Amino acid sequence: MKNKFLLTFIIFFAIFSFFIFLKALNNSNVYIADNIFKENLVNFKSQELFSTKEISSEEIFKDSEFYILNIWASWCAPCRKEHPILMKLSQNSQVKMIGLNYKDNFDNARNFIYKFGNPYSNIITDKDGVISIGLGAYGVPETFIIDKNKKIIKKFIGPLSKKNLDKIILLIK
Amino acid sequence: MKILKFFILIFIIINFGNANSFENSNDELKNKISKNIRCLICQGQSIFDSESNFANSMKLVIKQKLNEGYTEKQIYELLKDQYGQWIVYDPEFNKKTFILWTLPILLFLIGGAIIGRKLIVKKF
Amino acid sequence: MLASQIGYYSLVLGLFFSIFIIYISIKNFNNNQIIDNRIFSLSFLQLLFVFISFIGLIISFINSDFSNVTVFNNSHTTKPLFYKISGTWGNHEGSLLLWLLVLTIFIFLFLVKSKKQPKKYRILTLLFQQIIIIGFFLFVLKTSNPFNYLFPIPSEGLGLNPILQDPILAIHPPILYLGYVGSSIIFSSSLAAVVLKYVSKEWAKHIKIWILIAWIFLTIGILLGSIWAYYELGWGGFWFWDPVENVSLMPWLCLTALLHCILVLEKKLILTSWVIILSISTFTLSMSGTFLVRSGILNSVHTFANDSERGIFILIFLFILIFISLIIFFFFHNEQKKTQSKINLFSKETSIIFNNWFMMYFLSVVLIGTVYPIFLDVLTGVKISVGPPFYHKLIIPFLIPFLIIMSIGPNLSWIKTNLKKINISLIFFFIISLVISFVILKKNNQSTLINTVLLFASLYLFFVTVRDFFNKNFKSYSQKIGHFGFSLLILSIFFNSLFSSEIIINLKVGEIYAFEKGIIKFKKVETFNIKNYKSIVGHFEIEDDKKNLIELKPELRIYNQPVTITSEADIKTTLFSDKFLVMNVVKDHDFFNVRYQSKAFMIWIWISTLLLAVGGIFSLIRRLNEK
Repeated sequence: MKNKFLLTFIIFFAIFSFFIFLKALNNSNVYIADNIFKENLVNFKSQELFSTKEISSEEIFKDSEFYILNIWASWCAPCRKEHPILMKLSQNSQVKMIGLNYKDNFDNARNFIYKFGNPYSNIITDKDGVISIGLGAYGVPETFIIDKNKKIIKKFIGPLSKKNLDKIILLIK
Repeated sequence: MKILKFFILIFIIINFGNANSFENSNDELKNKISKNIRCLICQGQSIFDSESNFANSMKLVIKQKLNEGYTEKQIYELLKDQYGQWIVYDPEFNKKTFILWTLPILLFLIGGAIIGRKLIVKKF
Repeated sequence: MLASQIGYYSLVLGLFFSIFIIYISIKNFNNNQIIDNRIFSLSFLQLLFVFISFIGLIISFINSDFSNVTVFNNSHTTKPLFYKISGTWGNHEGSLLLWLLVLTIFIFLFLVKSKKQPKKYRILTLLFQQIIIIGFFLFVLKTSNPFNYLFPIPSEGLGLNPILQDPILAIHPPILYLGYVGSSIIFSSSLAAVVLKYVSKEWAKHIKIWILIAWIFLTIGILLGSIWAYYELGWGGFWFWDPVENVSLMPWLCLTALLHCILVLEKKLILTSWVIILSISTFTLSMSGTFLVRSGILNSVHTFANDSERGIFILIFLFILIFISLIIFFFFHNEQKKTQSKINLFSKETSIIFNNWFMMYFLSVVLIGTVYPIFLDVLTGVKISVGPPFYHKLIIPFLIPFLIIMSIGPNLSWIKTNLKKINISLIFFFIISLVISFVILKKNNQSTLINTVLLFASLYLFFVTVRDFFNKNFKSYSQKIGHFGFSLLILSIFFNSLFSSEIIINLKVGEIYAFEKGIIKFKKVETFNIKNYKSIVGHFEIEDDKKNLIELKPELRIYNQPVTITSEADIKTTLFSDKFLVMNVVKDHDFFNVRYQSKAFMIWIWISTLLLAVGGIFSLIRRLNEK
C-alpha cells in the first residue's frame, strides 16, 4: 500500500537523520584548518625584529635540514605556555628555528624575548598579519615544520604540547 | 492581450542590453568579497563585519591581491586552497554541493506534480 | 537562598502535577459527561507552581543570590535592576523555565477557552500537551536546573554579557517563546483531532484562533530580534541567514502556510491531511530549532553555551515527538474521499494551494541550507559554509511569481471566478509598475533583468493591495493589511539593499574625510565614567551635498565585569534613510576605525513587518468577537 511505503520511508529517513545529528553533536563546531595547507612556501619580505633590517625569506630559509616557523606574539598567552618546548627544540642541530612576530608592538616583543629567552635563529615581523595569511595561518600560535626543499610538511594550530614535541622530533630525524 | 505581449517583449529586449551596466571599483569589490569570506576566529561573522586581527589582515590581503590584478574568483580559489571551502560563504556548485542546490528545486517540482495531479483530476 | 529552594521544590511539584493530570484525564476520558472540574484545578495549580518557581528565580537574581549557580554565572551586583530581572530568562536554564511557564499558561487558557468544543478532544489535547510539558520538566530538572547550589558562596557573579543588556533583547525571547508554545498547542490539538476524527470545519474555526496567536507572536518576536541586531551588533544589517535566525524563520513560514490553509478548511472539507502535516511540522521545526541552538552543534554568534548532554536529550525528545505524530497520522487519519469537493483552477482555494507550494519551497531552501553542512560534515568530513549568497540565489527568482500570484489570488472568489470581470485598473497597474521600475532602476544604473522584474512584481502587488483598501469591503480588512504590509516589506528590503551605501575609513580626532556625497568631520572625543562601564563618545558631524548637517555620537563602552569593549552605533532615523555611524578602537594606533552607512528606507522594513502583525491582530480580534 502506498501509505505504508511512505511511512516506512519517512521513518527510515528520520532514524537516519537522528544518527547524523547524534554524531554531529560529538563533533566540534569550531573549524580548525589544520589539514589544508599549501605545500610550497611562498617567498616574502619582512623586517627583522632586532636589527630592523629588511630581509627576504630566501635569505632565511637556507642551509638547514629542517626549519620550524613559529608564529607568536607577546600578547598571546598560549605562546608563553609553549615557549619552553620551543627552547628545547632550538637545541636540535638539524633544525633552524624562525620566529614570526605577529601584529605586535616591537618593544613588547623584544621584552618578551629578553625575559623568556630566544629559541630562534631569526626573528622576523608581520605587523599587519599579511605574511601569516600568505602562509595559510589564521591565529597565534601556529607552527609550521618545513623541510630543506622549502616544503611545508606539518602544521600545528595552537600551542605545542609535549606530544607534539615528540612527533616533531620523530619527523626531523 | 497582444499589446501586452508586445510591451513585454520590448521591455525584455531593452533590459538585456543593460545587464551589468555598472562597474565595480576595487573598493566596492573588496567589500563584496569581504562579505563573502568567513572570519575563522569568530563565531559566525564575515570578515567584513568583524574587526578581529584575522579579519583586518585578511582585508589587507584581499586589497593587495586586487591591486595585483587577481579577479574575484581567483581570490576565492586562493583562499579555498589555503583554508578550505569553509571560508567562503557562497557554496559553489560542485560534486559535494549539488544536492544542496538541486534538492529544493526538486522538491518544488515534486510539489508541483502532486498539486497538478490533484487539480487536473478534480477538474474533470 | 530561600527563594531558590522554594523555586526548586515548586518545580518538582509541578512535574508531579503532570502525573496527576494525566491520571485524572484518562479516568475522565470515557465518561461522556462534562469534563471533570479537578482537571481545571490541577492545571491551574501546575501553572501556579511553575509561576512560583519562576518568581523564585527572579527573586534570586534581584537579590544577587550567588549561592545559585545560574545567578552566579549570569549576573553581577552592579547590574541595573531591570537587567537583573531580564537576566533571569537571558540564559539557558532560565529561558527553559520561561518555556515551561508559557506552556502551562497556554494549556490552561486552552482548557478554559474551549468550552464549546467536544470534551474528548479537549482532554486528548491536554494529554498530548502534558507529554510535551513532562519532557520539558525532565529536561530542566535533569540537565538544566536553574536552582543548582554553589558552595562556598562567591561574593560576586560572573556578569551578564553587556551586549545582552538591552531592552529589546529583554523582551525578544518571551515574545518568541509565546509563538513557539502557541505552535505546541496547535500540534497537540491537531493530533487529538486526528485521533478523534474531528478534523472538520468546526475544528478549523476553533484552531484558527490559536494559529493566529502563535503567528502574531512569532512575527513580532522575529521583528524584535532583527531590530536588536540592527541597533546593537553594529554592522547595519538586519538579517544574516545565521542558523539561529533561520531557526525562527522556519516555523514562521510553516505557520503562515498553515494560516492560509485553515482559511480553506473553515469553508470546505479539503486539504485535511495537509493541514495536519503543517501543524505537526510547525512545532517540530520549533523544537528542532531549540535543539540546534542549544546543543552546540552550530557555529553562530547567537548560540547559547553548548553542552552535549542537553543536545542528546532534546534530540531524543524531538524524535519521540516525531515518531508519535507519524504513527498517529498514519494510523488514524483517513482522508474522507467522498466528501472531497472539486477545486476550480481560478479560485481562491487554488491560489492558497499555490501559496503553500511556494512557502514550502522557501521553507525547504532555509531548512536544507541550515542543515546540509551538518549532514555533509558527518558523512564526508568536509566542512562547508552556507551563507547569504545561497539563500538569495534560490529565493529571489521564486519570489517573483510568488508576488504575482499574491496580487491575483485574494481577488479571486471562492470556488470560481468569472474571468470576464477583470478590472481595467489591473492592467493599468501592470503598465505603471513596469514603467516605474524601469525608470527608477535605469536612473540608478541598477537595471539588471532580475532587479527590474522583481521590482515590477513588488510594485504591482503594492498597487493592487492599495486599490483593495478602497473596495469598501470591511470583511477582509486583516488580509488587506497583511498583504499590503508584505508588499511594502519586499519593496523596502529591495530599495534598502539597492540604495544603501557605506564608507569605512580610519580617522584621527580632528580629521576630515570628504567623499562623493559629503564630508565627515571627526570633531572630538569625550570620556565618562558610568556605573559599570567607562564610556568614550565620539562627536562626528556629517555634511551632505545639500549642506545639511547631522551630528552623530557613537559610543565605545569598556565594561569591567567581564572585561569587554562594545561599540554602540549612533543612528539618525528619517522616513527616507537611517544614517548609521560606528567607531572601533584599533589596537596600538591613535586613530579610530569609522564606519558610516546610509541605510535607505530602513524604518519601512520595521513598519511593514509590524503591519503584518497588525493584520493578524485585526483578524484575531474579529474572530474573538464572533464567538
